[in-house]
Amino acid sequence: MNDTLTYDSVMTVRGLNLFYGEAQALFNIDMDIPKHQVTALIGPSGCGKSTFLRCLNRMNDLLGNVSLNGTIELEGGVNIYDKHQDPIQLRRQVGMIFQKSNPFPKSIYENVIYGLRIAGENHKAKLDEVVELSLKRAALWDEVKDRLDQTALGLSGGQMQRLCIARAVAVGPEILLMDEPCSALDPKSTAKIEDLIMELRGNYTIVIVTHNMQQASRVSDYTGFFYEGKLIEFDETQTIFTKPTNQQTEDYITGRFG
Amino acid sequence: MPSFDSEKAFRKEQVKKFWREGEYNVWFSTTSIGVIVLMALTVLYVVVSNGAAALWPRDLALITTHEGQRYLGELIQTEHFGPEKKKLRYQLKIGNRDLYGLDFKWIPDSEIEKIEYPTDAYTLEREEYGNFYGFLVQTQSPALDPSQKGLATLDKASHEAQEKLHVLTKEIKDLAYQMEDLRLKIQAIEYKNAEDPAALPLKAQIETLKEHFEGLVNTQAELAQAALEHLAIFKDATDRQKSIPRGLIHRYFQPNQLGLGGKLAVYGKRLFELFFDEPRESNTEGGLFPAILGTVMLVFMMSFVSFPLGVVAAVYLREYARKGFLVQAIRVAVNNLAGIPSIVWGIFGLAFFVYFVGGGIDALFFPERAPNPVFGTGGMLWASSTLGLLTVPVVIVATEEALGSVPGEIRHGSLALGATQFQTLMRVILPMAGPRIMTGFILAMSRAAGEVAPLMITGVVKLAPTLPVDGRFPFIHLERKFMHLGFHIYDVGFQSPNVEAAKPMVFVTTLLLLGVVVLMTSASIILRSRLKKRYAGRTF
Repeated sequence: MNDTLTYDSVMTVRGLNLFYGEAQALFNIDMDIPKHQVTALIGPSGCGKSTFLRCLNRMNDLLGNVSLNGTIELEGGVNIYDKHQDPIQLRRQVGMIFQKSNPFPKSIYENVIYGLRIAGENHKAKLDEVVELSLKRAALWDEVKDRLDQTALGLSGGQMQRLCIARAVAVGPEILLMDEPCSALDPKSTAKIEDLIMELRGNYTIVIVTHNMQQASRVSDYTGFFYEGKLIEFDETQTIFTKPTNQQTEDYITGRFG
Repeated sequence: MPSFDSEKAFRKEQVKKFWREGEYNVWFSTTSIGVIVLMALTVLYVVVSNGAAALWPRDLALITTHEGQRYLGELIQTEHFGPEKKKLRYQLKIGNRDLYGLDFKWIPDSEIEKIEYPTDAYTLEREEYGNFYGFLVQTQSPALDPSQKGLATLDKASHEAQEKLHVLTKEIKDLAYQMEDLRLKIQAIEYKNAEDPAALPLKAQIETLKEHFEGLVNTQAELAQAALEHLAIFKDATDRQKSIPRGLIHRYFQPNQLGLGGKLAVYGKRLFELFFDEPRESNTEGGLFPAILGTVMLVFMMSFVSFPLGVVAAVYLREYARKGFLVQAIRVAVNNLAGIPSIVWGIFGLAFFVYFVGGGIDALFFPERAPNPVFGTGGMLWASSTLGLLTVPVVIVATEEALGSVPGEIRHGSLALGATQFQTLMRVILPMAGPRIMTGFILAMSRAAGEVAPLMITGVVKLAPTLPVDGRFPFIHLERKFMHLGFHIYDVGFQSPNVEAAKPMVFVTTLLLLGVVVLMTSASIILRSRLKKRYAGRTF
């Protein structure tokens, strides 16, 4: 931890250890996730950055055979791993975008309002409003506004990924987790998603896992470097990429290993 | 392309290539497919050709032998026989079972003087004793004077009498039903208290009905007697006369006079009768309606048991149960259940459903009927439940596969949006797995429709007096016994005293059973492809 950093944090991770069965995957992670900023998590494959990301909205719960200790507190001091904390509620606050776009085999419209529907919102005017707003936020509105009732599976890969972002945004989360959202996309679609991430920054806290160092440096304000399940260094992106304090970080970003 | 020194080297290379590239495997699989298709087509050809031809009205041949004997009948087939199969013989269906005892006769070609096709020969389909082939001599009826000879005039006279009889019979059936209803009510009342005065008015009612009933039965007997007086007198090829009451002639026609149109008309009528009429002559003739209804209803009822049970079980196994040894063991057990012989399921159904569950229901709700069972005997409900259990493994396996085929990222996508596991299941996973689950349904349905053995001990009968669905409250009678096309094939084909005469019916029934199965499965296939279209996409 770099104690010199000062910012409002939206999530506070303290002493997080995670085990897959017997094998420990995360070691004593401490991190404050800055509010309304983009945080990039980088590191070589298997370093635990995706695992860490999934801890933030308790998606690891679904894997079974996972145990962890430590705390992750939201603003206001609620530990998301508290026994009384409902993961369903948490996931509405902390949305997630996956590596492979995963629209449901439903219409574009139904995809966007899925989160609202399951929450019991059925008011047509309200749903219409959310669809337009979310798709605009995801920079997809102009491309699909005339075919909202068509199946989402007819969209291109980049459009699908932006639809997934719109879908996540529609629920009204505070935090968006992105797990290598561009790794399956061509450069043009990647650029679009990156622009989108920068635009979303004003309204949402974004945590993005990426393998692409340029992407991390382009879109993020803060960067955390993971290595072998440990958070090696966490600092402003500029600092990490220009004068990292840790030798391993430097080796990694300069391409000497990884 | 490498060049070869000689034709021989080239050949050798080709042979090597054949083995190296595994071409022999392609040949092997093609041959297997070919054999399978060939066998299927052969079965289909035999069934369709025989089944479709069975209802066709054939010409009547009059065969005269050198010895002057004459036979009239339908030419069924020819056959070579004797040493080196040099001799030819004809099989003639001579009918007239009441006169000759046997319906069929083989006549060697060498004995035949001539074969004629007399235009005035009649084919009569009778209510009793099978077909009659012969020539009309005269008609006799108290309503007609002797100068009116034709069958058509007799029809009119007889029709009225038959109609009256028919109406009366229906009335008698209704009365009998009412009386039975009352009797059961009285039985129920008296079971609780033998002296209960509440039974008295019912008893009085039954007495009045009984009087009326007996009157009707007497009238019916008189009418039936009178109907027998409308006679048609026929003679066979050897001029033996036989008078047949018009009421016992189901249909008559002169096949040698009929053109293609006329024959088609007879064919059509027979087909209609097949679909919508009751069987006659211990099932060897007449319609198959009760069996068709029984088969279709059985499959539907089976679906109500099997589909929900199978899908729910599979959903639990795949989505909710904690993975481990127990789940794996259950999965293996389910797969093995699919391999249990169906007769064993039948025995289980008999013991569990009929005797245990059915017996329990009887003891609880119908104690006054003892020792007569209501639910404690085979019936539609128990047969379909047994079939339901029998097909459940198919549904479970297919549904599990279907659920497993839904990509994990779709599940996670839904859960990450704050959906519960149940919401994810209902809104995303089940719709996406739908088409594959349907495949399981289709397999289960075709298996159920073709199953006979377990039905034989859980409720199927040779001839059911009543249908499981009728106009009487509560309209669907699941406790009733029923008829089934598959059992019909077995019964008519192998249990009938006159197997040769029943043969056409066996083919027709087989064809019909195939038709029913094809119809039901294609309906589900169409449904499935609609579902598929709805969820078609590039991701899966």
